[in-house]
Amino acid sequence: MKTGYMRVRTVVAALGLVFAASAAQAAEVEVLHWWTSGGEAKSVAELKKMLEAKGHTWKDFAVAGGAGENAMTVLKSRVVSGNPPVAAQIKGPSIQEWGAEGVLANIDATAKAEGWDKLLPPVVSNIMKYKGNYVAAPVNVHRVNWMWANPEVFKKAGVSVPKTWDEFAKAAEAIQKAGFIPVAHGGQPWQDFTVFESIVLGIGGPGFYKKSLVDLDQASLNSATMVKAFDTLAVVKKYIDKDSPNRDWNLATAMVINGKAAMQFMGDWAKGEFTAAGKVPGKDFICAPAPGTDKGYTFNVDSFVMFKQSKADVAKGQADLAAAIMSPAFQEVFNLNKGSIPVRLGMKMDKFDDCAKKSSDDFVATNKSGGLVPSIAHGMAVPSATAGAMQDVVTEFFNGTGMSSKQAAEKLAAAAKTK
Amino acid sequence: MAGTIQLNETPGGLRPPVAKGGTGRLYDLMEAWLPKIVIAPTFVACVVFIYGYILWTAVLSLTPSRLLPLYEFVGIEQYQALFGNDRWWLALKNLLVFGILFVVVCLIVGLLLAVLLDQRIRAEGFIRSIYLYPMALSFIVTGTAWKWILNPGLGLEKLVHDLGWQSFSFDWLVNPERSIYTVVIAGVWQSSGFVMALFLAGLRGIDDSIIKAARVDGASLPRIYWRIILPSLRPVFFSCFMILAHIAIKSFDLVIALTGGGPGFSSDVPATFMYTYAFTRNQIGLGAASAMMMLMIVVAVVVPMVWSETRRTSRG
Repeated sequence: MKTGYMRVRTVVAALGLVFAASAAQAAEVEVLHWWTSGGEAKSVAELKKMLEAKGHTWKDFAVAGGAGENAMTVLKSRVVSGNPPVAAQIKGPSIQEWGAEGVLANIDATAKAEGWDKLLPPVVSNIMKYKGNYVAAPVNVHRVNWMWANPEVFKKAGVSVPKTWDEFAKAAEAIQKAGFIPVAHGGQPWQDFTVFESIVLGIGGPGFYKKSLVDLDQASLNSATMVKAFDTLAVVKKYIDKDSPNRDWNLATAMVINGKAAMQFMGDWAKGEFTAAGKVPGKDFICAPAPGTDKGYTFNVDSFVMFKQSKADVAKGQADLAAAIMSPAFQEVFNLNKGSIPVRLGMKMDKFDDCAKKSSDDFVATNKSGGLVPSIAHGMAVPSATAGAMQDVVTEFFNGTGMSSKQAAEKLAAAAKTK
Repeated sequence: MAGTIQLNETPGGLRPPVAKGGTGRLYDLMEAWLPKIVIAPTFVACVVFIYGYILWTAVLSLTPSRLLPLYEFVGIEQYQALFGNDRWWLALKNLLVFGILFVVVCLIVGLLLAVLLDQRIRAEGFIRSIYLYPMALSFIVTGTAWKWILNPGLGLEKLVHDLGWQSFSFDWLVNPERSIYTVVIAGVWQSSGFVMALFLAGLRGIDDSIIKAARVDGASLPRIYWRIILPSLRPVFFSCFMILAHIAIKSFDLVIALTGGGPGFSSDVPATFMYTYAFTRNQIGLGAASAMMMLMIVVAVVVPMVWSETRRTSRG
């Protein structure tokens, strides 16, 4: 009797231990993101698979809506009510803004164990840190200063793809005479700003770009170089068809794809449109750095920010999530689906297409040369309030009537003081 | 007159007689409390979710809140920032242009349609539903449809060019100086059918005998409309104005779908301004201040109207 009772008790205790142990390891990892379109959803599913392989459960918290405005509103309400998700898709200086609210988790332990400081370019890892501690894991790199060109149109116009902004004006003139639209553009403020930052990088070089658009140096913002950048923006505007206002970027890309327009200045997410239309890079379309920017690289890095968790098992799941995001396997699969390149340095690129390989080579090279700069149009360089005020000036100049380049530079410098 | 009304309204005047005792007291108690209990949840919900949040917005507009609410008093700093912001003034100017044109044109078109429909024509029901149909669409759909129609390279302008009139130009949608007027066009298209329905109901409610009497006295049709019918439609005008004015002030979806606030931010209105600053630029304090200013505009427009109208009815 007694032995039987004892045996039952040990079994129960053992079961309890097993149970407790498994409970300590498996956590429900809730991740807020807005990657809901085809390729993006496939990429997220990959992350889910990896976490489930480690015994955690994945709780998808997808909020649809392109640039994540809806997702941010939902996130704010969750954080205010004291119930933040494990991780959320937040990028750029917004990470600092969230850090200042005191709600982010320190994932230094994971970062140290995995050697992130060596795997990431310092300009990128600095964005992932709040007060010197890692609070976010980067997922991918988009290059923004691309020019997408249709070689067929260039051939018909008898000009070659421009390498500087001076060449651009001549080429655009010839293309227009040949009866094509030189530049496909979507007239939305963020797209105007995307073109503008490529012009600043092309005319002033990475050093000037950094001083003016990242460090917000007043003298650089209000300099002759900046005036010249606005002049160039006005030239580009001349070669855009008048129907562009409020056109979506992918419709502009379609104009390049079907040969109505010669080129578009847009980040490498445009590549997805070309490949979806069955076009081959190098043959049917050309991806080249925007004129004058071959020594520069404006990056747009997506990242997952980790929120403070009260439960130890969830914190363990969080660490596993961070490690999984930076793992070579995930970086490869995710970026193949998303059209971007791995943020982790030293990855094998043989599965990627030519544009991605060029992007990756330039990413590594500019990291060494100092030409790797954050994109201001995509919320990587300055806080959203400041970027917004500066974007207003650029889009007003671009669409407005009669603001001179000099006045625009003055207004840009004033807008940069917005806090 | 007034005396009789007062007599009828004397408390308990219409109450059925009840026996004194327990049930009677319970009935009294029920009669006193039941309406209050039934109304209470709605009342509380109203107080919390409307006035509570108005108050909260007012508080936020006096704080330096950016990403999340931060309760730290900074006085009217956000309002100063708001009034120093060019984009806000443009939004206000656009609201003025859009609001006035939208309300006035809707009223005129709606009234005209109603008067024409009121002439006892054939197939009235069919035509009425055609006019009313745009009302069934959301502003997002209206905006998207008109975006295609007004786009010079796709819609109206291209159609006329294809028909052979090459010099025809209608590029308001892509012209920063004119873009706000395209919002008026789409808004009027959407809402004037609804205004027509209200006016038609009002016209049908006018006593025929007055009009017949005027005819007998030899009044012309325009004169009858001007002196008898339109004045008696005054309450309908009032309701239409109230509905249209608040649609104009809170207009957001139509602008977003039609112009996206552009070209640039040339067709910004206060609602899109508020959304941009509070939700995409992490300036909740400034966004709250602009929301409070929108409330002030509503108060400034609507309260005098309501006040004068209630004074009229209580006198009349």
